[in-house]
Parts: sequence; structure tokens; C-alpha cells
Amino acid sequence: MSETITISPVTRIEGHAKITIHLNDKGEVQDARFHVNEFRGFEKFCEGRMVWEMPGLTSRICGICPASHLVTSAKAGDDILAIGIPETAEKLRRMLTLAQWIQSHALSFFHLSSPDFLLGFEADPALRNIFGLLAHDKDFAVRGIRLRKFGQQVIEMLGGRRIHTPWAVAGGVREAFTREERDALLAWYPEVRETALLAIKTIKRVHEQYSKEIPSFGNFQSLFMGMVGPNGELEYYGGNLRVMDSAGNIIANNIDPREYRQDFGEASESWSYLKFPYYKPLGYPKGIYRVGPLARLNICDSITTPLAEQERRLFKKLAPSSEAVNNSFYFHYARLIEMLFAVEKLEELLHDPAIFGTQVRSKAEINRLEGIGACEAPRGTLFHHYWVDENGVLQKVNMLIATAQNNMAMNRTVRQIAMQFIDGPKVSEGILNRIEAGIRCFDPCLSCSTHAAGEMPLEVQLLGADGRVLDVKRR
Amino acid sequence: MSDTIQKPRVATAWLGGCSGCHMSFLDLDERLIELADKVQLVYSPIADVKEFPKDVDVTLVEGAVTNDENEEMAHIIRRRSKYVISFGDCATTGNVTAMRNRFGNAELIDRAYKELADLCNSVPNDHTFLASLREQAIPLHHLIRVDAFLHGCPPTPDEIWFAISELLQGRIPVFKTQFLRYG
Repeated sequence: MSETITISPVTRIEGHAKITIHLNDKGEVQDARFHVNEFRGFEKFCEGRMVWEMPGLTSRICGICPASHLVTSAKAGDDILAIGIPETAEKLRRMLTLAQWIQSHALSFFHLSSPDFLLGFEADPALRNIFGLLAHDKDFAVRGIRLRKFGQQVIEMLGGRRIHTPWAVAGGVREAFTREERDALLAWYPEVRETALLAIKTIKRVHEQYSKEIPSFGNFQSLFMGMVGPNGELEYYGGNLRVMDSAGNIIANNIDPREYRQDFGEASESWSYLKFPYYKPLGYPKGIYRVGPLARLNICDSITTPLAEQERRLFKKLAPSSEAVNNSFYFHYARLIEMLFAVEKLEELLHDPAIFGTQVRSKAEINRLEGIGACEAPRGTLFHHYWVDENGVLQKVNMLIATAQNNMAMNRTVRQIAMQFIDGPKVSEGILNRIEAGIRCFDPCLSCSTHAAGEMPLEVQLLGADGRVLDVKRR
Repeated sequence: MSDTIQKPRVATAWLGGCSGCHMSFLDLDERLIELADKVQLVYSPIADVKEFPKDVDVTLVEGAVTNDENEEMAHIIRRRSKYVISFGDCATTGNVTAMRNRFGNAELIDRAYKELADLCNSVPNDHTFLASLREQAIPLHHLIRVDAFLHGCPPTPDEIWFAISELLQGRIPVFKTQFLRYG
């Protein structure tokens, strides 16, 4: 057995996420890190562009959740125009956001995560994907493909195309919605609802099946952050921010997203292109917080649609008394409850006559030199912050991205799994499986802040106290 | 099983881009079922990935070449693929990924990790772990030979389907005017 294995260039492939595990003198795990490896520079190169083109431009940050960037950017534009938008425009933007949740959550569960659950964590990696799933359980896979298609279809009907539509703009949206389009979507509903419920049934079976493994999947204390509506309900488009601790106490509430910089900071480190956001009152790194489905389900007091609310109550029972659900594995369950909510809420909106209004865009000049937009993207709260000159030319851009806010938590998850399972200078295949699944709970969209794929190639390096590479495993 | 072995070996890869082209690939929807019957997907970010395999028939490459690891990957893809297709506008022209080219790397990195960070322990510069940015993000064909170009940001599912169907019949896709668009 060789003691040092060097990383060969062949395996330094795109979207490469790397994990390093650092041992102390005694050979015990001292630290573990999740490295993200791509940088694109939007925060700089958007300077000099017009505020009007920012929604179309920033949707190119991410092909998985472009509609979330589009809407958030348009909201930052509304803020710069200093105007309200027409009721119809807001409702249509809400529909777009819900459709984005449906397609993204369906992708996360059916295309990316369920092969692990249905084929098994130990299944042949060559089969552990959506095509393998098609061969294993065609009906289930096709249902997943069609649910994602439904979400994408709603986006296409609203915005004219599925990916990178320029439809939402500062002041509203470009085009109205028609009754024919609505009717076509409603006709699809029985199947859509059935598939969303099937996903929940499936994850509950997974909970039973993996009851012994789940407690070690990123089970730790942290804060949780997200938006809630005026009555504390689950919110996805516009609301104020709430922060909860792991014991379930609300430690900050009703924060206007425009004030995000007072409470949320970002740290940078030499070893990752992904920054490390933290809750400022607790500092770095103590102010670790999680965003996204698990956080939103923890912080909200209710869900306004009946089936999802019923599930939320079951979700709450996963934690003792009023505590937050701290186990990252339950991101999956929370995500599917949100998918069900999005399906129900979208149906509600499709029956709202206000969506057929023809006034969909308010027009105004540049009335503020700074604008902030925020929205709940599938993976958590997303902020766009623009500074412009009096002509609307971008001077400076800041974006606080959903997945980045889970960066510390993803690192903590990796460390927890490593400490639990690594004993000595060798990494077993089983540990690799556990680490990968631990990261996948977060459904990280590294494309957003940097870039990488849903189903990431992983490399685990085991480093000795002197920095020597003792062992390396790749997938 | 023998016909599994004879199925054309298709790969997709993702360099510097947003994954929108891959999402458009997934927008083939039910056509994915047909595709699963026709080809073997041997490498892709949407599948569990090992190393880029040998003897690939067709590889769709999304994204511009933006760092040293992309460069290495592009060369590996070229060596191991019969046909390499620039998949979308970033691979074809550099597109949004190349918008950083008018700034220097130090300027880009400082903005993101110093000026916009509340706490900068260091900018990301530990290249034992991280890829090194090229000074310029470049289209794929500036680095390797490319056999065909799929336009669009992203290309539409119909365009992707047409390209794959043509390639599976051993023809280089010739795009009709309806597919010749950027953005």
C-alpha cells in the first residue's frame, strides 16, 4: 500500500467538488472540508450594464433556477424605480416562482436523489441515475419527468420559453396570461397532485428503510433563516425574514429583506470559491445558519394550503416538543412538502380571476440609486442588490445566494460524517457513499454561486497532520 | 445485454456555464425514455460520474473554457470522443461566461471576495484544492477541434433532439435556419 497518492490530472474534471479530511498526530479526524471549485465573476462584470437587462442577464447565473434569479432581479429593479407593480403582475410572478419550485424540487427528488433511495446507496454507480431509474421503475421515473415538465410548461406559458426567459422586468412582467393557457394547466392537475403525493409517500418509506442511518446525516444545531408571510405562514415571493435557533426559539423576526446586510455577512477563505455567509450577531463561524426547505418548514407557523399543512404537522413531530428539526436528511421531506404546497398554491392562483388582468407593467424612470430584491428560491433566500447611476447603469452588484448560505452547514455535515466513520488512515467505499448522500440532502446548486452539478463527482482526500496525502478515493 | 453494448455511447460534459443547456437536455421530457432505449449515457453531470470514459461516440460540451481544469477536461474529451459538439452559446462563443474577459482576474476576485465580503480571511487562492482561472474565458473550438455547434442560450430541446438523431445516424447535423439563433 502506498502512503501517498497524488491527484492525477485525468480526474480533475469539471464541476469537481472535493472533500479533504485532515487528521491530527494521533490519526484522528481533526477537520473536514467541502471545496467548491468554479468562479464566474457576475458581481464584477455586471457593472456597466443597464438595470433593465439585469433579469435576463442574471438568470444566466443558473440554468436550474433561472426563474428565481429573474424574479429577484426584477424586484431589485422595482425598488430602483421606487414603484409598486400591478396586482396581476405580482400574481403572475408568484405563479412563476411556484412553477420554479415544482420543477426544481422534482428534479432534486426524482432525477437526482431518488436513484439512491430506490436503487440503493450501494447500487452500481453506472445505473444510479434517471436512466437507471427508468429501467428499474419506469412508471415512477416517468411520473417524475412529467412533474418537472409541468413546472417547466407553466414557466414556458408565462415567459415564452422554459429556460432563461426575459419575461419579468423592473415594474412587472412583459406579457399577460390567457384563459386557454390556464385551462390547459388545470386539465393536467389530477396527475400533478397525484405525483406530488406519491413523492411524499415514497420519502416516508425511505425514512423507515434507513431509520438507522438517518441520525448521522448532518444532525447538528444551527440557526435557520427564511421568509415568512404576515401571519407567519410559509412564504415564497415576498415577506420578511425570520431567524430561529435549533431549540425552536425565534431570535429575530420581521427583518425587512432590504436590511439584509445588517444581519447577514459573508466570509471568504482560501480553499473554496464559495463564500461563507453567517449571522452577524453571532459572528463567524458561530453564526452558522441553514436556508431552504428544512429552514422554511422549521420557521413557519403554518402553510396556507390544506394537504401541505397536514404534512407540516407531521414534519414538526420529527423533533421533540417545540424544537427545530435539526437533521439535514429531512431536507428531502421538507422539499417534498414544499412541492406539494407549490402544486396546491398554484392551483389556487389559477382560479384567481386577477391573473387575467392586462395591466402587467408599471413604468417609471430611475428614482433610487440603490435597489434590493429578495425571494425564496428553491434552495433558500436569494438577494440581489444593485447600485446604479441616474441613468440606470450598474455601478456595483452584490448577490447573496441560497446555496452559499448552506456552505458552513455542508462543511459541518461532512465533518460530522467523517468524525463518526473514519478511524485510521484508510477511507472505505461506504464512507464515500455516506458523505455524498450527506451533501446531496442540501440539493446544492453550486451553479448559482459558482458552478457544479447536481450529481457531483466527488474526491475524498485523507491528509496527515503534516499535510501529506495518505489516501484518496474518487467517484 | 449484447445490444446494450452496441448502443452508441453518449456523454455530456459541463465546463464554465450555468447548466442551462443540461436542463434543456432534460427538457426532452418523455423523449428521454426513447433516448434511454437508443443510447448509453456513459458520462454526464446528471449521472453518477467516474472518470471520463474511453471510446465515446458523441460528447455534448456545455460551457466556455474558463480555468485550467476545463482545459484538461476538454483535451481528454477530444481524445476520447469521436464527435465533439459545442453545446450552447457559452461553448460556441464564450457568451455570458466570457463577459468577465474585459476585467482582470485580480479585479474580479477582489470584488467578490474582498470588497463584497464582510470578513476576508483570504481570497480563494489555494490551488492545491482549487482550479486556476484562465485570464480569458474562451469558446471550446479555440482550444480543441469541434465537429458541430448547437446554438442557443440554451439550445431548445427540439434542436438537441435533431442534433442527437442526426449524429446517431452518422451524420454531422446541418442546422436549418430555424435553429440558427443566439440567446
